[in-house]
Amino acid sequence: MSASTSFALLANATCLSMSDVPEWPVPDLVRATGVELDRGARLCAWFGVPEGNDVRLVAVIAFDADNTLAVARSTPFRGEYPALTATHSQAHLFEREVWEQHGLKPAGHPWLKPVRRGSGGAPVNGEFFRVDGREIHEVAVGPVHAGVIEPGHFRFQCNGEEVLHLEIALGYQHRGIEGALIGGPHLATMSQMETIAGDTTIGHATAYATVLEALAGSEAPLRAQWLRALALELERLANHTGDLGALAGDVAFLPTAAACGKIRGDFLNLTALICGNRFGRGLVRPGGCRQDLEPARASALLEKLRPSLKDVDEAIAWLWDANSVRSRFEGTGTVFTEQANTIGLVGVAARASALVRDVRFDHPAGWHRFAQSPVAVWPGGDVSARAKVRCLEIQRSGTFLEEQLATPPEGDIRTNLPAPNPDSLAVALVEGWRGEICHVALTDATGCFRCYKITDPSFHNWTGLALALRGQAISDFPLCNKSFNLSYCGFDL
Amino acid sequence: MFTIDTIRHRLQRGCQTMSYPDGPAPALPDRHGGALRVDGSKCAEGCSTCMQVCPTRAITRPPIGPVALDLGKCIFCAACVEICPTKAITQTADHRMAVCRREDLVLGQPGAEELRLAVALDDKLRKLFGRSLRLRQVSAGGCNACEADTNVLGTIGWDLGRFGIQFVASPRHADGLFITGPVSRNMEVALKKTYDAVPAPKIVIATGACAIAGGPFIGHPQINDGASALVPVDMFIPGCPPHPLTILDGLLRLLGRLKQRT
Repeated sequence: MSASTSFALLANATCLSMSDVPEWPVPDLVRATGVELDRGARLCAWFGVPEGNDVRLVAVIAFDADNTLAVARSTPFRGEYPALTATHSQAHLFEREVWEQHGLKPAGHPWLKPVRRGSGGAPVNGEFFRVDGREIHEVAVGPVHAGVIEPGHFRFQCNGEEVLHLEIALGYQHRGIEGALIGGPHLATMSQMETIAGDTTIGHATAYATVLEALAGSEAPLRAQWLRALALELERLANHTGDLGALAGDVAFLPTAAACGKIRGDFLNLTALICGNRFGRGLVRPGGCRQDLEPARASALLEKLRPSLKDVDEAIAWLWDANSVRSRFEGTGTVFTEQANTIGLVGVAARASALVRDVRFDHPAGWHRFAQSPVAVWPGGDVSARAKVRCLEIQRSGTFLEEQLATPPEGDIRTNLPAPNPDSLAVALVEGWRGEICHVALTDATGCFRCYKITDPSFHNWTGLALALRGQAISDFPLCNKSFNLSYCGFDL
Repeated sequence: MFTIDTIRHRLQRGCQTMSYPDGPAPALPDRHGGALRVDGSKCAEGCSTCMQVCPTRAITRPPIGPVALDLGKCIFCAACVEICPTKAITQTADHRMAVCRREDLVLGQPGAEELRLAVALDDKLRKLFGRSLRLRQVSAGGCNACEADTNVLGTIGWDLGRFGIQFVASPRHADGLFITGPVSRNMEVALKKTYDAVPAPKIVIATGACAIAGGPFIGHPQINDGASALVPVDMFIPGCPPHPLTILDGLLRLLGRLKQRT
C-alpha cells in the first residue's frame, strides 16, 4: 500500500479537494486499480462523473489492513476503455452500471448488460445466460414473489433438481435516487436517504450525514455519534433476529421462527422508543441527531433490551440444538473464501466465508473510534456459517449496547454545519447490518452535489447468492436467499 | 431431551398474541405522534413556514384560506409540527388513519381538521370477504419498511390469521392486492399483470406514503406517484411506514370487524 502512488489516500469519513485526487489516462487508472486489488485492496465504488460531453471514471478502494481508503480518477474521455472486470470480477456490476449510465464501454467485459434501465414498464433484462442440452430446463421466478417481499427476477438453469447457473436480474425497484441528488442536497434528500433500503435506515442515513459533515470539515457532537452507534446496533439486532427466524421458518423449525418474529418486533420497538419510528426515520440528521436519549429513556431502553436479548439467546439455542436444522444448514449454499474474495463480498456474507471485513473495525469513524466489538467471523461459507455470524453479532451488539448505554457522553446532540466545501470529494463507509455501505459525494464550485454515488452492500453481494446456488438443489433456493437476505431497492436505487 | 426442552419452552412462553381488538390497542411509542390534525383557522395570515420545511410538499396554501395538509403525501417527519408558529398543526397520537377516499386525507378546512376514517365495505362485499380475506402483496418500489411492518402482522404477537386475513402466494388465490411502494415504472407491467390475475370482485389497498402518492420520491420520472395511477384503490393507509397497528386497523375497518367505539 505504501508504494501506491497512483491513488490519494484518505480516511473514512473525510474529504479531499478534487485537485488532490490524482488523474490518469483511463488505461492507467484501470491498470493501477488492478494492481492495488491484486495487493489486497477492495473496490468500494467505481463510477462515472460527467465532465462536459465526456465522463471521468472515479475509483474508490479500501486497504482494510491499513485502515485507509484511496481514490483516483481518469481524465475525461468517451467511448471504450479496457474493462477492469476482465481481470478483476468484483468490478463487473460497477462497469455495467457505468456503461448503462454514461455509455462508456468496458471492452472485454464478459457479460455487459443493463443493470436497472427500464423500457415499457419493466427493466431491460436482455438475454439470459443459457445452458443447452436435452436434459436442461430453465426456471423463471419473479419479479412478484410468493411472500411479502420486494420484486426481482431469478433465472435458473437446471439439470433435474440441480442448479447449474443462476442469473439475477434486478432493476424493478429503481426510483432514481442518485439522479435526483445532482444539484442537491434538496428538501427531500434526507428522507430519500432513509428509504434507500428501508430496513437500513440508520445505516444509510448515517453514511449520508457523515458525508455532509466531512464535506463541511466538521463532525457531529460526540453524543450524537454515540446515539447513532446505538441505533445502528439496534438495527442490526432487529434484522439479524428476523433473519434467523426466517431461516428457521424455511427449514420448518417453527419454535425459533415464531419466537424471532416476535423478538424482532421488540428490537424495532426499542428504536421507536428513541425516535418514535420503528425503523429510525427522523433520528439521524446532518450535524447530529434529532432526538436525544435522555437518562430516563436510556434506562427504559436498557430495561427492555435485557429480556429481549435473553429471549433471542434462548431462541437461538433451540435452533442449534435441533439436528434437523443443522443438517439442512450445513453444506448448503457454500461460497468458498477464494470466491468471496474474488467477487468482493462484504458484510455478513463475507465474514461467513472467513473474510475478516468489518467497517466498524477496519475503517472506524464516528463513535466506533472509541468503542468496538470483536469482528464476528466463521469459516465454511454455507448457510450455517451465515447464520452463525448473525448469532455472534447478536451477542456482540447486545454487549456493545449494554456497555455503551452505561457510559453516555455528555453534550449537545446537534450542531449547525458550515456549508460544504466546493470542488471536493468525501467518502463515508458504514457497516450496516448487511455489510459495507459506501457513499461518495463530489461537490461543484458552489458546494452542491455534482455526483453522489451510493453502494449498498447488496450491490456487492447478489453475485454471492448466484455462486452459492451452483450445484445446489433448486428447492434450497429460498433457504440460500434468506441466508443472504439482500436488498432489492438498495441495489436498484 | 431436545423435544422435552422444546415443549417446556413453548409452555413457558404461553400465548403471546395481543388482546386487541377485543382489549385495548397497544400503545404507540410516545414519540410516534400518530395522525396529524390541522386547524386551519389558526393559520396566521400569509404564513407558509410549514410548506418550506415539508420534504414531500404535502402542504399547500391557496391565495385565500388556510393550509391544506395532504396526509397521503405526508411521511410523518413532523417538521411542520415543530415549526408551526401558531400550533395549527398538531399530533393526535391516534393510530387510526385508513381512509377509503383519497380526498379524505386532506386536512385543514373547517370540518376537515382530521382525516375521515374509512367505512366498511358494502354488505355484498362484506359477505364475501368479511370472514375470509386473501391478499396478494405487491411491492412496487417499496423500501422494505412497509413490507416488514406488514410481515409483522403475521407474527405471533399480532396473528393476522385469527381475523381470517391471509397473504397468499398467487393472485389467483387472492381477493385483492395490497400494494406498497411508489409503483416504479419498472414494476408497471408486473403490477398490471398481477391485478388482472386476481378474480373479480377484488379490492386494492395502497399502504404507505409511497403507494398513496410517491412518498419521498414524489415527482421522480422513474415512478408513478402511487398505485392509483395504474389500478383503482379502495383503501389508503398513510405512514412511512404505517405502524402495524395502523395497518391492522385499516384491514379490520374495511371488513367492518371493529366495534363502533373504535
